[in-house]
Amino acid sequence: MPSPNSWSHWPDSEGRFGTFGGRYVAETLMPLVLGLEREYDSARRDPAFQAEFDDLLANYVGRPSPLYFAERLTEHFGGAKIYFKRDELNHTGAHKINNCIGQVLLARRMGKTRIIAETGAGQHGVATATVCARFGLPCVVFMGETDVERQKPNVFRMRLLGAQIIPVSSGTGTLKDAMNEALRDWVTNVATTFYVIGTAAGPHPYPRLVRDFQSVIGREARAQILEREGRLPDVVMACIGGGSNAIGLFHPFLDDEDVRLIGVEAAGHGVETGQHAAALNGGRPGVLHGNRTYLLQDEDGQIMDAHSISAGLDYPGIGPEHAFLMESGRARYVSATDQEALDAFQLCTRLEGIIPALEPAHALARVGETARELGRGGLIILNLCGRGDKDIFSVAGHLGLEIG
Amino acid sequence: MAVDRINAVFDAARRDDRAAFVGYLMAGDPSFDASLAAIRALADAGADVIEIGAPFTDPMADGPSIQQAALRSLKARTTLSATLELARRFRESHPTTPVVLMGYANPVHSMGWATFAERASAAGVDGVIMVDLPPEEDAPLREALAPYGLAVIRLATPTTDAERMAVIADGASGFIYYVSVAGVTGAGIGADTDIASGVNLARRASGLPVVVGFGVRTPDQAERFARIADGVVVGSALVELAGKIRPEIEVSTEVKPMSVLAKTLSIAISQARN
Repeated sequence: MPSPNSWSHWPDSEGRFGTFGGRYVAETLMPLVLGLEREYDSARRDPAFQAEFDDLLANYVGRPSPLYFAERLTEHFGGAKIYFKRDELNHTGAHKINNCIGQVLLARRMGKTRIIAETGAGQHGVATATVCARFGLPCVVFMGETDVERQKPNVFRMRLLGAQIIPVSSGTGTLKDAMNEALRDWVTNVATTFYVIGTAAGPHPYPRLVRDFQSVIGREARAQILEREGRLPDVVMACIGGGSNAIGLFHPFLDDEDVRLIGVEAAGHGVETGQHAAALNGGRPGVLHGNRTYLLQDEDGQIMDAHSISAGLDYPGIGPEHAFLMESGRARYVSATDQEALDAFQLCTRLEGIIPALEPAHALARVGETARELGRGGLIILNLCGRGDKDIFSVAGHLGLEIG
Repeated sequence: MAVDRINAVFDAARRDDRAAFVGYLMAGDPSFDASLAAIRALADAGADVIEIGAPFTDPMADGPSIQQAALRSLKARTTLSATLELARRFRESHPTTPVVLMGYANPVHSMGWATFAERASAAGVDGVIMVDLPPEEDAPLREALAPYGLAVIRLATPTTDAERMAVIADGASGFIYYVSVAGVTGAGIGADTDIASGVNLARRASGLPVVVGFGVRTPDQAERFARIADGVVVGSALVELAGKIRPEIEVSTEVKPMSVLAKTLSIAISQARN
């Protein structure tokens, strides 16, 4: 399951990627977090666990997802060839389900009988509710009040799937508050409950196990591009909120030193305005939600509200491994504004007949300049990690149109 | 050494065969001056140890009462520096009452462990509880506090088994804070027998006094725990009253409801074993 390469020994035994990561949780949760680490260590060495995971990915999720040559987008930019890793074609429409399957299998292995999750855009909530329905497990999803309002279709999907949605009004009513509330539930129901974290963040071992479950994306993409083009890409790109789709794509390429890794954060109204969700480009290291990582915070260490047009990127932190990859220089992190993402969303829809989610639209917003810089003969893989159906209402709003 | 101030209180309580009353209030809630008046009144009402909450935007281990207190405090622009200043002002008027700062790691991390240690010591703080710094992560804080003799107070919980208790005990000082229930602050309390065995485990492993907190609201509950533990922490119930202080009105009148509850708790705790 993990992609064995020279970067795989991170995190270390303390759960750290360099100086990032760790286990910054309340003592009540420590025995559970340590137990999860032991259980995961045994599961990933267990061929039966691996086989069940692979079978569900193949036959339930629909993997491998295609690697698609985006011919017209390539022509449009007149530079490097652009390939899409089509993780938006997965069951439930995003990469999130890869991780949910892995974590729910772990929960079953640990004898947990109740699943909780946090969600921003609702994609992770839908994926978790889906897998819980599949295994007959009760599922409680914490979702910020603001997000419940702006993601109504996903709220209804989760309810159809049998999940209980708990709107969170504390704080700003977005993803970070949903995560706080999920942690409070977990601390209260620690004996029965498994917390399925949706991104490659949180206390160790979550960043690691999410990375391992998601690195199926990069493993497939690497094999597919070798088969199609006979060589590795020059650049792989992905959007970054917490960073689970990006780490899943990047990790199997870490040892390929000639492959450049580019993560695209959400710049909201612009990093210089302070209204953004670009933790790496506009934040500094701190401690939140179980890990040390880059955070949006004021000079007193209070967490600042993130802003992005994309609910899925609207989070003031970032997975600790990305903080490590940035500081080590192995990956580069840029950003795209709300407007740039909206433009890219429309361009991709018109040229390729693929409606991307607003999250990967941020990566699409930076792909043109990268393609031109590489020139013809260059090769790019971009992770199209989610489909945009969920976003049509908010996009219509931003374009000043009315639907439904 | 600051930890001596903590030790002196628990030694005295042991001599008197009574539990210590540990009272928690949020710094800057609802204003700096109101919270200074409130913690002074809390000490004067009989609290043996004052816990000052440092506000944080994302208090994951706290229930609604302390979450709201933190929001009120942040709205009043309470910084970590202001929290330390509050401790310093309290120390001026109350030279012997131990002060323990309780909060989350990020504001301290942001100030820098060493700077924080120096300033906390200068302010007369005696110990620090960081809710999201388990033993695995508190080494930088411990190393920074050690030269100043400030205690690093660790938490133990109903999920703590004997093996884990040994980890918690190794490096703890001042006292052990036993969380009475798996849950957030103010959530409710566990069964006395479970708490008693947890407290005994913590006491044997650490050799330190053990206080019980989270969910203790009434004098009756405080009295029950005072028979079991070396100290009883009351937070949410006091915070709810302190948060109602109207700063624009004469503060000595406004702190009365909190002060009255504190007196009742103090009597219940100190007489529990009679």
